[in-house]
Amino acid sequence: MQTFDLAAQGLRALNSTLHGLKGQTNQTAWEIINPKGAHAIAVGLDAPVDVTVRGSTGYYCAGMNKQATVRVKGSAGPGVAENMMSGTVIIDGDASQYAGATGRGGLLVIKGNASSRCGISMKGIDIVVHGSIGHMSAFMAQSGNMVVLGDAGEALGDSLYEARLFVRGSVKSLGADCIEKEMRPEHLALLADLLKRGEADHLAKPEEFKRYGSARKLYTFNIDNASSY
Amino acid sequence: MSDFPRTPPKQSWTFSNDINAEIRRAAATGIYDIRGGGSKRKLPHFDDLLFLGASISRYPLEGYRERCATDVWLGTRYAKNPIHLDIPITIAGMSFGALSGPAKEALGRGASAAGTSTTTGDGGMTEEERGHSKTLVYQYLPSRYGMNPDDLRRADAIEVVVGQGAKPGGGGMLLGQKISDRVAQMRNLPKGIDQRSACRHPDWTGPDDLEIKILELREITDWEKPIYVKVGGARPYYDTALAVKAGADVVVLDGMQGGTAATQDVFIENVGMPILACIPQAVKALQDLGMHRKVQLIVSGGIRTGADVAKAMALGADAVAIGTAALIALGDNDPAYEAEYNKLGTTAGAYDDWHEGKDPAGITTQDPELFKRFDPILGGRRLKNYLKVMTLEAQTIARACGKNHLHNLEPEDLCALSIEAAAMAGVPLAGTNWIPGRNGGF
Repeated sequence: MQTFDLAAQGLRALNSTLHGLKGQTNQTAWEIINPKGAHAIAVGLDAPVDVTVRGSTGYYCAGMNKQATVRVKGSAGPGVAENMMSGTVIIDGDASQYAGATGRGGLLVIKGNASSRCGISMKGIDIVVHGSIGHMSAFMAQSGNMVVLGDAGEALGDSLYEARLFVRGSVKSLGADCIEKEMRPEHLALLADLLKRGEADHLAKPEEFKRYGSARKLYTFNIDNASSY
Repeated sequence: MSDFPRTPPKQSWTFSNDINAEIRRAAATGIYDIRGGGSKRKLPHFDDLLFLGASISRYPLEGYRERCATDVWLGTRYAKNPIHLDIPITIAGMSFGALSGPAKEALGRGASAAGTSTTTGDGGMTEEERGHSKTLVYQYLPSRYGMNPDDLRRADAIEVVVGQGAKPGGGGMLLGQKISDRVAQMRNLPKGIDQRSACRHPDWTGPDDLEIKILELREITDWEKPIYVKVGGARPYYDTALAVKAGADVVVLDGMQGGTAATQDVFIENVGMPILACIPQAVKALQDLGMHRKVQLIVSGGIRTGADVAKAMALGADAVAIGTAALIALGDNDPAYEAEYNKLGTTAGAYDDWHEGKDPAGITTQDPELFKRFDPILGGRRLKNYLKVMTLEAQTIARACGKNHLHNLEPEDLCALSIEAAAMAGVPLAGTNWIPGRNGGF
């Protein structure tokens, strides 16, 4: 395990060091100490390494991640794992706004709660939240899966495209064009896999969830739907 | 019939034929008019400025003999690898999706041959434009279609798009007709649906967040790339100051004549300011912060000639960007296709339904049959020629003003033909020393 003291060595040195791991396999386990809420920790990684952050992070931790596993042993600020391409990001605590925004692949696990706009504009990422999510989550979500063991705030899935949303608890309200959909066997199988990979299979069963998706009524502009826009 | 003269029929200025036609169109269809391009109003513009030229108090440089340099460095503030361009006329962001792949290739070919940069758009980076663009600016847009760290790293600069001149404060809509298999795949959307582009970034709001977003982009790319911030011409003084505060290397400022692939006509014509009014405010913000020429300013929106380039630079811009003019150089709205424009209910020069994907010139379309008509090699050559001509024109003017570099042009070289232009540009009305709003004026 390589230890990097962020307070002593600085952000530039951290990301530069982690970027330097691309293409080599010697130093695959890293620990970052003294993060102290810094922004842009472990962004742009592109190597199959395992990075553990001992504490809470600021904005955009693990942004645009590829391949790496990033674990935050605290809470994460806004935009954690934004535009993630692949790999895994696991937050032990809570996540602030825009968690997993525009993510295109990989898995984001939030063991606490996520704030508003979780999964906004998601494009293929899988997000598993053990707690609840805030308002406007999955806004304009294009593809991928979001699993919420707790409740969802107002306007879930507003202007949704093809992302699948699974919520176990209550949904305060659904956004424009988002509807509850039938849970078919393939969805239960998908959910079981997501719960397992999201370290939540001991906390919930697939049968306890409802599925939400797009009614696809806003896919082509129609003046009679103007009040929904 | 009485012999008394009758009052002749009088058309209302308020309810003109154009307005009445639009009312009837709205009543019949129930939808607002969507079109491409920028404002078609007659706006105060560079045409309202003139250069004074040399005289007894200053002497000109010899055309064709004495050097007048045109190069520009962009991104010198923080980037490890700032961009050096031979000419200060860049190609503005236009998306693959709005434009065909061959059209993007032609832009890359032409710009590279002329020694300047091209810019991606709201649809990601295509191989056509990366492969053919020596210098490529990668736009970071609210939709994040196609956004990925690999393309970020193979870009030469990154442009964080906050807004554009045609629609400051607006998002976009690419209608289903243009969402082909390839466009859909790049944008991660079903084929054939209307694709909405958000008006705000999904993971930051306001200048303090923007500063952190720029930090993240710099960290991802190891501080190598210049980072531009593009804004529409709305509040240029404050937007420029805030972009500088957020850490931009370059500010891109787009006036309301700047084009769009598609948005509401009411938006294009009624939101934002003409570029003439924007440049002096942005320059003042840079000067007030001591950052003029340290953070570079690129301006766009209605740049057509070398005279426009020279005037924009005399007002304090470091470079300009062209979009609509580049498309015209490629062959857009060419009268050669007049019969086909007529079939679409329009005429060459007025065609702006780019969103419908039926462009007879094969440029603003995803229809393979149409874009086969467009030759990217020929298009690239035409663009290169046009860029060279604009550069020569700007040099001609600069030499006449006694300047050995386009960057040495200054407001003092200009006068204005109208009170409006004098007030907006901050240069004297021709034949006077009066700058409305200054020198004790109102």
